[in-house]
Amino acid sequence: MRIILHIWRQRNAGEKGRMVRYELPNVSEHMSFLEMLDVLNEELTMKGEEPVAFDHDCREGICGMCGAMVNGIAHGPLPGTTLCQLHMRHFKDGDELYLEPWRARAFPVVKDLVVDRSAFDRIIAAGGFISVATGSAPDGNAIPVQKESAENSMDAAACIGCGACVAMCPNASASLFLGAKIAHLGLLPQGQPERESRAVAMVAQANRELFGSCTNIGECEAVCPKDIKLEVIARMNRDFIRAKCGVG
Amino acid sequence: MELDSKSPAGPIETRWERQRFNLKLVNPANKRKYTIIVVGTGLAGGSAAASLGELGYNVNCFCFQDSPRRAHSIAAQGGINAAKNYHNDGDSVYRLFYDTVKGGDFRARESNVYRLAEISLNIIDQCVAQGVPFAREYSGYLDNRSFGGAQVSRTFYARGQTGQQLLLGAYQALERQIGAGQVTMFPRTEMLDLIVVEGRARGIVTRNLLTGAIESHIADAVVLATGGYANVYYLSTNAQGCNATAIWRAYKRGALFANPCFTQIHPTCIPVSGEYQSKLTLMSESLRNDGRVWVPLKKGDKRLAAQIPENERDYFLERKYPSFGNLVPRDVASRNAKQVCDEGRGVGESGLAVYLDFRDAIARLGKNVIKERYGNLFDMYERITGEDPYQTPMRIFPASHYTMGGLWVDYNLMSTIPGMYVIGEANFSDHGANRLGASALMQGLGDGYFVLPNTIGDYLASTKFEKVDTGHAAVREAEAQVAAITARLLGAKGTRSVDACYRELGKVMWEYCGMARNAAGLKQALAKIPELRERFWRDVKVLGSGEELNQALERAGRAADFFELAELMCLDALNRNESCGGHFREEYQTPEGEAARDDEHYSYAAAWEFRGAGNAPVVHKEPLTFEYVHPSQRSYK
Amino acid sequence: MSAIAINPIYRAVRFYEAPIGKKVVMAVTGVMLVGYVIGHLLGNLQIYSANPEQINRYAAFLHNPASAIPLWAIRGVLLLAVVLHVTASVQLWLQNRAARPIGYVKKDDVPASYAARTMLWSGPIVGAFIVFHVLHLTVGAVLPLEDINGNPNTPNVYENVILGFQNPWVSGFYILAMILLCMHLYHGMWSMFQSVGISHPRYTPKLKTGAAILAILIAIGNCSIPIAVMTGLLHL
Repeated sequence: MRIILHIWRQRNAGEKGRMVRYELPNVSEHMSFLEMLDVLNEELTMKGEEPVAFDHDCREGICGMCGAMVNGIAHGPLPGTTLCQLHMRHFKDGDELYLEPWRARAFPVVKDLVVDRSAFDRIIAAGGFISVATGSAPDGNAIPVQKESAENSMDAAACIGCGACVAMCPNASASLFLGAKIAHLGLLPQGQPERESRAVAMVAQANRELFGSCTNIGECEAVCPKDIKLEVIARMNRDFIRAKCGVG
Repeated sequence: MELDSKSPAGPIETRWERQRFNLKLVNPANKRKYTIIVVGTGLAGGSAAASLGELGYNVNCFCFQDSPRRAHSIAAQGGINAAKNYHNDGDSVYRLFYDTVKGGDFRARESNVYRLAEISLNIIDQCVAQGVPFAREYSGYLDNRSFGGAQVSRTFYARGQTGQQLLLGAYQALERQIGAGQVTMFPRTEMLDLIVVEGRARGIVTRNLLTGAIESHIADAVVLATGGYANVYYLSTNAQGCNATAIWRAYKRGALFANPCFTQIHPTCIPVSGEYQSKLTLMSESLRNDGRVWVPLKKGDKRLAAQIPENERDYFLERKYPSFGNLVPRDVASRNAKQVCDEGRGVGESGLAVYLDFRDAIARLGKNVIKERYGNLFDMYERITGEDPYQTPMRIFPASHYTMGGLWVDYNLMSTIPGMYVIGEANFSDHGANRLGASALMQGLGDGYFVLPNTIGDYLASTKFEKVDTGHAAVREAEAQVAAITARLLGAKGTRSVDACYRELGKVMWEYCGMARNAAGLKQALAKIPELRERFWRDVKVLGSGEELNQALERAGRAADFFELAELMCLDALNRNESCGGHFREEYQTPEGEAARDDEHYSYAAAWEFRGAGNAPVVHKEPLTFEYVHPSQRSYK
Repeated sequence: MSAIAINPIYRAVRFYEAPIGKKVVMAVTGVMLVGYVIGHLLGNLQIYSANPEQINRYAAFLHNPASAIPLWAIRGVLLLAVVLHVTASVQLWLQNRAARPIGYVKKDDVPASYAARTMLWSGPIVGAFIVFHVLHLTVGAVLPLEDINGNPNTPNVYENVILGFQNPWVSGFYILAMILLCMHLYHGMWSMFQSVGISHPRYTPKLKTGAAILAILIAIGNCSIPIAVMTGLLHL
């Protein structure tokens, strides 16, 4: 099938970018979205034009490295799917697709579709962990964990840190990412001692990174490739309020 | 060269304990005076960097991805082994040790394997404490499953995302140390050479992938945790970025490369759909617990699966291996799949696939149970193929997946270059010729959390370090080499893209040095690879400059190293005139078609030494002795 | 812990500084305002009483000098709530706008988020409506209000409302504002729970349904009055 692409091209962080139109006449429906971009890049290379830079690594939807806005939706139109797992059979002949990088002040564009998401790492470094030094752990079965808590924790822990939530949020808020980590650790008995300080530290770091705030719109939840639920944000709010007010 | 494994003698149960006692310690107050470089942030590198930071060392940690959380360990699905015997089903450290040595087809070092089994207990404890949401029973205690042919339930798992969860645990521990200032993280930075001063590893040369800047980092010890080299096949289950550059450049600086031909093919991957294919997707082999593998009895039977009656189906694994059935080890399952496809009984458009059928399991257990066990895998399969595996059987085919070979290390995980340690998949140590399912995660974390932090101090405490700065001649020389390679790649200005060249290499390797090998094929490959390599260097087309984010340049540099490594793999495969584990030489098989080992002549680790470009590498042998688990023919009948 | 951290005013300010603090303020003031909207609606519905004097008696009760202190106290609290609600929302809006300096060439939205995404303009329009409403039926700046026997403490609400709503522009604006208020309340009433940290996979969907029903009931109740006047159901 024939696909028309409009891709954001920007040489580097300093330069202005623009949308550039490309046409791919022979796209197989079995290709993944990124394989289609590979084909485009091969063609561009052969023509002597610089290929499109885009982040990707595992290509099986788990590393969280890939991602772009496809027609204004983070990771494209298929729910619960990263861009690398989106296959061209979900598009039709003649489709025009607009590809843009994640947009947020906290995610500056590096080149073309590549952005800098190191703000996420700094948020985790601020408190997204359980402080246990190697070797000091008790037996794995010393602390039973309710099956339901473990399952809910796992739901939140599935976050791959791709940044789609930020990209899609009209406020460029990182709340779903924050909430996912806060819920993952806060739902487990091991995470209790640092539960409140963790929420406060992570939220404070997110504010320093200049992410927006949550206004409960729910676009993040709709595009999250791992179906992280809005509830985790309520949990973050609860832990934060409890820490700040000593109630809740 | 004499290869001293430094592994202690005496009763195997106390070797590790005695070794730890005998190793020198670094005074706690002195730890901050040492700088350690850790390259790679997967399970091994991430856990090592975090643990070394906790101990008080200055750690500089590097990864090529934009965040340490993205290392490819994240994609491991099935689980992690530990000899906890929580199920009272007869498991023990000794049994895990025994299974691993046997599963590795008697080509691993017993001491290392025993230590791995021993440490497996601590790994689970550590991960639970970090908040890894392992699956639980209703009692709240840890759940286990049996996995990949093990006859005990010793695999701990977090849905189908065990690797992800373990990696996030290590990543969070690492970020904690980054926040505390103990570890300095260099993301989007690729190691391109090793700095060796007076015979000791003293640093690395890197390229900043965003700016292209070539920089040198000096340290007292260098730890490589850069993973395996399965991408030598072009198509593999590895991430696109997985590469052998770090270990290959270390090899060219004098580290020995052991058993490069020991590669593992994973039986349950989604088949190739076209030339544009960029990677193969693995589905956890836990699927084989409930799925039944079959092909039509007749050649070229193009009917839909549902239209093929029961008596015209060949459940070939169950037929040939009645006691293990669909749960035979990976290499056996893979080879049998290839065999039936070679007979023309493969399914799907390409004929390069076999069915993995859940019809009976769904009838027996109900769709909900199957959904609970494999829901995410089924979803993934449907997403990629557009077919619903609840309705039609999955199509699977083997794919290159893991490499047991790697840089040679002693019991302390130090390579033949003093001061350079190699951990995780990047080393050759624990899996012999074949890795058991759910053991890679165990080894990565074992090395990083528990082995390396204990052994590295011995080297630091017993070595006098001369002052080295980035102006040192060895540093300049390494930087110049790196710059020369970059310039050569950009300067070729040929007519073919990196992938066009690289794809060819992959095809040769898959054909001649893949699931099954023979001398004639390997010789052919050894003739073809230098040709392809020469053509690559002459005809590759890399646009842009070296002073910016240039993904084609990155890929070209990685491919260039695979063109060299491929040759060493074939040499090693040709040298090893036996079949063992993942290395199946067609000339050496039992009448039943099983791998025939030659313990008399090949019970050794083949460690290759680089002798300069254009010279043949030299093989050194570390003899393997088996005091506890006596070599026997594997039988899964 | 330092003395400054324990100081409750300092703590309250620090709490408000965080976006989550602002959201909590919006939630709490939102509860107060929703309470007022419901109370106000119940008062207004007395206009349907068979006896037109009913609502005038209610107005007289509110305007009785004896009620002045509680009335102004409530008005003060409500005004403070409005000020806080608006201030917090404007501050959040400015912050959030700054979080994405370069927008998308093409941006799609999730349909379910319509009410949420329109809070920003449903809020100001409802705000403008409240000002108009006060000028219209409390202050009498739009058209003169009738009092019973010329006593400002006994306004003739029944007559004022009917005269006021006989103007189709006024009624139209009221109805439009009430529809926006309905959306604003729908999103506000469930999201206030989310903001203060209450969410549950089982109850949140029910909460959303409840919020929708309540918002629609409020809108129906409020819109019914201008409609009843326009259709002649209510007349002098």
